[in-house]
Amino acid sequence: MSKVPPKQEGDPNTTGHSWDGIEEFDNPMPRWWLWTFYATIVWGVIYTIAYPAWPLVSSATAGLLGYSTRAEVAAEISAVEEANAGINAQLASAELTEISADTTLNSYAVSSGAAVFRTWCAQCHGSGAAGFVGYPNLLDDDWLWGGDIEAIHATIAHGIRNEEDPDARYSEMPAFGEILEPEEISQVVHYVMQLSGGDADAGLAGPGAEVFADNCSSCHGENGLGDRELGAPNLADAIWLYGGDEAALTETVTYSRYGVMPPWTQRLTEAQIRAVALYVHQLGGGE
Amino acid sequence: MSILSKHKLIETNATLLLILSFLVVTIGGIVQIVPLFYLENTIEKVEGMRPYSPLELTGRDIYVREGCYVCHSQMIRPMRDEVERYGHYSLAAESMYDHPHQWGSKRTGPDLARVGGRYSDDWHIDHLRDPQSVVPESIMPKYGFLERTLLDAEHVQDLLETHAFVGVPYTDEMIQSAAADFRAQADPDSDYDDMLERYPGAQVRNFDGQPGISEADALIAYLQMLGTLVDFSTFTPDASR
Repeated sequence: MSKVPPKQEGDPNTTGHSWDGIEEFDNPMPRWWLWTFYATIVWGVIYTIAYPAWPLVSSATAGLLGYSTRAEVAAEISAVEEANAGINAQLASAELTEISADTTLNSYAVSSGAAVFRTWCAQCHGSGAAGFVGYPNLLDDDWLWGGDIEAIHATIAHGIRNEEDPDARYSEMPAFGEILEPEEISQVVHYVMQLSGGDADAGLAGPGAEVFADNCSSCHGENGLGDRELGAPNLADAIWLYGGDEAALTETVTYSRYGVMPPWTQRLTEAQIRAVALYVHQLGGGE
Repeated sequence: MSILSKHKLIETNATLLLILSFLVVTIGGIVQIVPLFYLENTIEKVEGMRPYSPLELTGRDIYVREGCYVCHSQMIRPMRDEVERYGHYSLAAESMYDHPHQWGSKRTGPDLARVGGRYSDDWHIDHLRDPQSVVPESIMPKYGFLERTLLDAEHVQDLLETHAFVGVPYTDEMIQSAAADFRAQADPDSDYDDMLERYPGAQVRNFDGQPGISEADALIAYLQMLGTLVDFSTFTPDASR
């Protein structure tokens, strides 16, 4: 066992505990630590007086500062609304076709439209607006229901084939599985593949032309170029909403398609609808 | 400072330290927890909130089973950016029939408190089958098996009874007709008027578009209901909450 050196004048106090000669210091807490500790206690007391804290009989103390998260968020939202009220009113009342000529208004509309798009439209059309199978790409110049600003605005405002808005764009392709024979469907599918420059079987595509003329041309046009009045897609290009291979086309012809878009008049303001219409219009394909 | 210098008594007496620590924790707990049971403004009264329909409740069970809450919260906080993106901030009443609540604490994916009606059923099916097909940047796993797993409503009555046991106001009538209501909600050709009377605003559809009631039907019924029950046209926020 080691020797414990005798205590000397000026040695720190110890607790008196000793383990194998090792002693425990009994130093006071550092001053800075102690005062920080007291300060946090004082801060805590002040905080509960200033902010909502103590539960009483029917509600909690409101706090001297009258702070409320709900009031704060309401104030923040109304401040932004107020700040934008002027330009929003201008946007909602301006002539739709003339907005893009007004640099300030147009840049406000496109930026706020981008925010609206990411909140409400990106779910289906994708955050980059490139669409997915069944949800149209908005970056290209191939439009189902029209690509000028007024047509885009009407599509967004009223939607497509929904039950909520009587002004929604509407058309319905029949399910030809109940009308045509499987052989005829196969023929017309190959004809459509031929129209769009695909790898079609000429033997099937030949008689398919007649099936197409009898059943499809009234909406898709004699040459399959589509009809925007009816939302009938152009079948002669390489752009496909549900796929342009034989399997996808056979499914489309047999069971039809019924793409739905909700109306936005109930959820968005006119200024927001116009903003997002202008945003979509300037993405690349606007007419 | 005489009383403060007595701390040595506590520090050298383990039993006393334990008893006093327990007392402090108990008081703290009581102050924080007990008022929630009697304060009138804990859960404000709102129009439209109702217990979940049997199909929705089953969907909620699948939501819990698959651990959706690990990546999705159901709690829109009262902040402008959240309100602009997700809709009205969540109210306590909106999760009062949740046992347990699905507030979550992590948003790897978006908040789902108001996902109801934001997407079509078709979108949900596409998204469950292959999330990246509709959201390329998503890291959500595939849940295509849900639409292939059929449900027979065998335990749905027990499920309602369990929730009634923990305080959800399901009536005897609701519990008795649980299995029938379960089937009615997923079949637009059924006689669903009684079900709608018991669960106002319930959406009746074949959610996954396929024959039979699958787990996807139940989950989508639940998702399409989320956040849509409260009638916000009659709601005036009380700023003191």
